[in-house]
Order: sequence, then C-alpha cells, then structure tokens
Amino acid sequence: MAEPKPGRVKRTVWYVILFVPFFTAIWVPLYNRVEPSLWGIPFFYWFQFVLIVIAAAVTGLAYKAKI
Amino acid sequence: MNWSALTVFVILFVLVTVLGFVAARWRAADLNHLNEWGLGGRRFGTLVTWFLLGGDLYTAYTFVAVPALVFGAGAIGFFAVPYTLMLYPFVYVVYPRLWSVARKHGYVTASDFVRGRYGSPLLALLVAVTGILATMPYIALQLVGIQVVIAAMGFTGEGWVGDVPLIVAFAILAAYTYTSGLRAPALIAVVKDLLIYITVIAAITVIPAALGGYGHIFAGIASDKLLLAPPTADSTGAYSAYATLALGSVLALFLYPHCVTALLASESRSVIKRNMALLPAYSLALALLAFLGYVAVAARVHSDPAYAGYFAKYGNNFAVPALMLKYFPSWFVGVAFAAIAIGALVPAAIMSIAAANLYTRNIYKEYLKPDASHADEARVAKLVSLVVKVGALAFILFVPTQYAINLQLLGGVWIIQTLPTVVIGLYTRWLHRWALALGWLVGMGLGTWMAVSQQFKPAYPLHLGGFTVPGYTAFYALLVNLMVAVVLSLLLRALNSDAGSDQTSPADYEHDPA
Repeated sequence: MAEPKPGRVKRTVWYVILFVPFFTAIWVPLYNRVEPSLWGIPFFYWFQFVLIVIAAAVTGLAYKAKI
Repeated sequence: MNWSALTVFVILFVLVTVLGFVAARWRAADLNHLNEWGLGGRRFGTLVTWFLLGGDLYTAYTFVAVPALVFGAGAIGFFAVPYTLMLYPFVYVVYPRLWSVARKHGYVTASDFVRGRYGSPLLALLVAVTGILATMPYIALQLVGIQVVIAAMGFTGEGWVGDVPLIVAFAILAAYTYTSGLRAPALIAVVKDLLIYITVIAAITVIPAALGGYGHIFAGIASDKLLLAPPTADSTGAYSAYATLALGSVLALFLYPHCVTALLASESRSVIKRNMALLPAYSLALALLAFLGYVAVAARVHSDPAYAGYFAKYGNNFAVPALMLKYFPSWFVGVAFAAIAIGALVPAAIMSIAAANLYTRNIYKEYLKPDASHADEARVAKLVSLVVKVGALAFILFVPTQYAINLQLLGGVWIIQTLPTVVIGLYTRWLHRWALALGWLVGMGLGTWMAVSQQFKPAYPLHLGGFTVPGYTAFYALLVNLMVAVVLSLLLRALNSDAGSDQTSPADYEHDPA
C-alpha cells in the first residue's frame, strides 16, 4: 500500500470546489426563472452570465493553489 | 455589391494571408518533421495557446449558429453558456494527464496514446477513424460561415461563378497550411480574435442601444421562448435536454482531434491549466453573442424584405449577418464579416492538420509504411491536409448545406464514443480493450440510429414507462457504450482474456519537465 501523496486532501477539496459551478450549471430548475431580473434581463440569463465569472475565478484560484 | 465592406474585407484577408506564409519562419525549425509541422514544435506558451484554443473552440460557425439558435428556438439555444463554463474545470482536471503522457512518449495524437496504453492497434484505428469522420463535416461547416458573409456582401453570382470567392479563399488557406503547418493558424488566430472582440463589443453596445436597451428587447420575447419548458406530469420538459446537451458537449469537445492538437502543442502543463482560467473570456463573448439572437428578434430582421432572399437560402444563420448589415456602417460590416470569415479559416486549418496527423500516425505509419521516416510523415501529413480540405470544399459545393449540419451533429455523437477509451484510459486500464471496442461499436450504431430516427434533431425523447426524458443523443449513446464496456470487461476479466501490454507508467501522467 503506497503512502498517500502529500497534499492529497488539499487536492480533493479543490476538486470539489472546482466542480461546484459545474453542478450548479447542470441543476437547471435552480435558475429557470424570470425573477429576480436585473435591468430587465431575466434571472435565467444573468445568473448564467455570473456563473461564467465564478467558474473562471475558481479555476484561477485552483491554479494559484498549484492544484 | 457593397464596395466599402468588400474593400475592408479584402484588405484584412490579404493581411492574414501574408501572416499565414510568414508563419513558416516564426520560431524557425525543420518543418519536414511532423512534430514541427503538426504540433508547432510543442512550444506554444500561455498567450499563443490562448489564441489557438480560442480560435479552435469558438469558430465562425459557433458565432453564427449560437445566436441563430437563440433567434429561432429561444432559451434552449443558450445551452452553449453552461457548456462553456462547465468545460474549463473538466479540462483543467483531466487533460493535463494526456499532455504529460504524450510529452513523455512523443505521442502526436490521442490514438497514439491509445495504442501505447492498450497495446491495441485496432482500438487506436477505431479512435483515429472516429476522429477523422467527426472532423470532416466540421470543416465543411466552417465553409458555410464564409459562404454566408460572401453572399451578404453582394456576391450572388449564379452557378459556379458564385462559388469562385469561396474556392479562392480555400485555396489560399490550403497553401499556407501546407507550407507553415500549425504555426499558420496560431499566428492568424491573434488577428481573428482581435477582430471578433471588436465586432462583439460593437454589436452588443451599438445595436441594443438603437433598439431601446436590453430590458426592452427581453420584454418583447415570447414567454414560451424566454424560459425552458418546465417538467410536466409525464416529461422532464426541456430541463433534461438543456443539461445533457451542455454536459455531453463538455465531455465530447476535447476528444475532437483539433482540440487535442492545440492542447499537445502547448509547452507545459501549467500553460494548459492557466488557459483554463483565461479561456472563459471567450465564454463571456459567446454569451453576449447569444443575446444577439434576441436582438435580431427585436430588430425584426426576419420580416425585412431586403434580407428575405438570404433567410430563404441560409435560414436563421443569416440573423447575425442581417443585424450587422442593418446597423453597422458599411466599412465596419467589412470588419465584422472579415472576423467571421477569418474565424472560419483558423479552425478549418487546425482541423485539417489534426485529421492529417491522425491519418499519418495511425493509418499510414501503422499499416502502410511502418518504417516511415520523419520526412515521410511530414510529407504525407501535408498532402492529407490538402485532400481533407478539397473534400470539405467539394462537399459544400455539391451537397445541400443541411447534410453538412446533420453530419456535424452526428460527428458529436460519434466522437463522444471514444471517451471510455481515451478519458477513462487516462486513469485506469480496468476497461478491457475488446470491451472498449465493442462498447464503441454499440455506441456508434445506436447513436447514429437515434439521431436518424429524430431527423437529426440533437435531443432524443427517451421513454421510460410512461415518462419521457428528452436528452442529448450523444450522451444517451455514451451511457449505453459505457454499460457495454463495463459488463464485457467483467466477463473478459473472468475469462482471463489478454489485456495487452501497457507502454505507460503511473508517473507518466504527472510528467512535468518544466
């Protein structure tokens, strides 16, 4: 049995964080609605827009954390 | 004829042609070696890879077809947004492993990896053939993008005369891809992206303002198109289709040969990872472009008699070009159309190079000339890149466009069937090589049948008892493929069937020379 590599727990935690926006995007009932709308743009559209930014930020942070 | 648009268009086209040929001398090396011609020497850094992958993933066809889908079908067309945002964490976690093992063993294609991993030339051949089959219609579709903008500038010659500009554009593309290899699209991608970003920013600021702002535009969208159809007592509505279209597209994308090529051309693992954080800039551009579908609805381009002929010929794919013709000054129409046309040339070049790499490595060298030298490989790959492009051109000129669109959809269904072999293979050899081959066969057959039975609509209505779950055909076919592979692997393992030899070791997948 090989010793677990150092940082394995850290890596697992980061993988979970990385996939939070991923599974949020799959869970369609969460955001298939008009309200709350923003500047007249339905929630469905602006929420997914914001999710892109979150996904990018999380990926960038994972890179910084050397995952 | 729209002369000022045409003049700007031609100037930009000449500029990228010069760049395409100059690229041969960029980071000069011996282009008679496949590693140099077909992978740019594996030396592309963060910035070049960003442009190359961006040019690869966000093609002209994407920029025309996504707004066209939103224009015609509404919210479901927006699936491209969750697709691109789910893509990056997935690639971040999985694909550095492919880069590492390929760098360690000098693999040029995904099939090279499959051959080394499973010791099975047959499985490698299946993956290579799937890649080539899926890529061909994709190249043909890029041509549709060019065709639309050329026609929109007023080239409406009858018969073969109308096709001359397209043939000239493609001949030029073929020539510089032949001489410069992957360096040409890498360099041209920089110009392409600048033009695309300028066009997108102009389009999303100028046009909505002229129409009374986004709030006003959304207020005018029919309520059944604004949101996805919710589940009913006997169906999951559009929810399952939306989610599986996004998920299936994520799983499929980096199995396409042109994506693997751009990935393997990067100089290090961290270049790939860094790019996964930087590439969402394109996702934002894509999401904004998707809005243009609604902008086109608000602008009523569809009922404008000036564009009726184009809509009759190109369908909803004319929505974005029509918007530009209607709201941009003529010279800027030239910039925007050049962005679309050049945005088609970059991926077409990478795709033809990727298909050529596959043919050369996994068919020519494997079966026809095992003792081929590096110079032989490069020579064959260059020729095949020409053949592939001529084939795609002939397809567009002689076969109705709808066939290319249908085949491209099938391409997605097909390429995803290589996921168990390639992606799962990056982690484990538990799945037996024969089980993978049979799973592939079942997935290909079933997926094709499902797509044909639905007249090539992307979603298949799966009936479970009295309940309907519409979902992406490729995704369903993949699930069956996986089930077959798992069950047969259990069986073959119980029978102690020869699993073949593995050229790779676990450390190879983390290999990082930098």
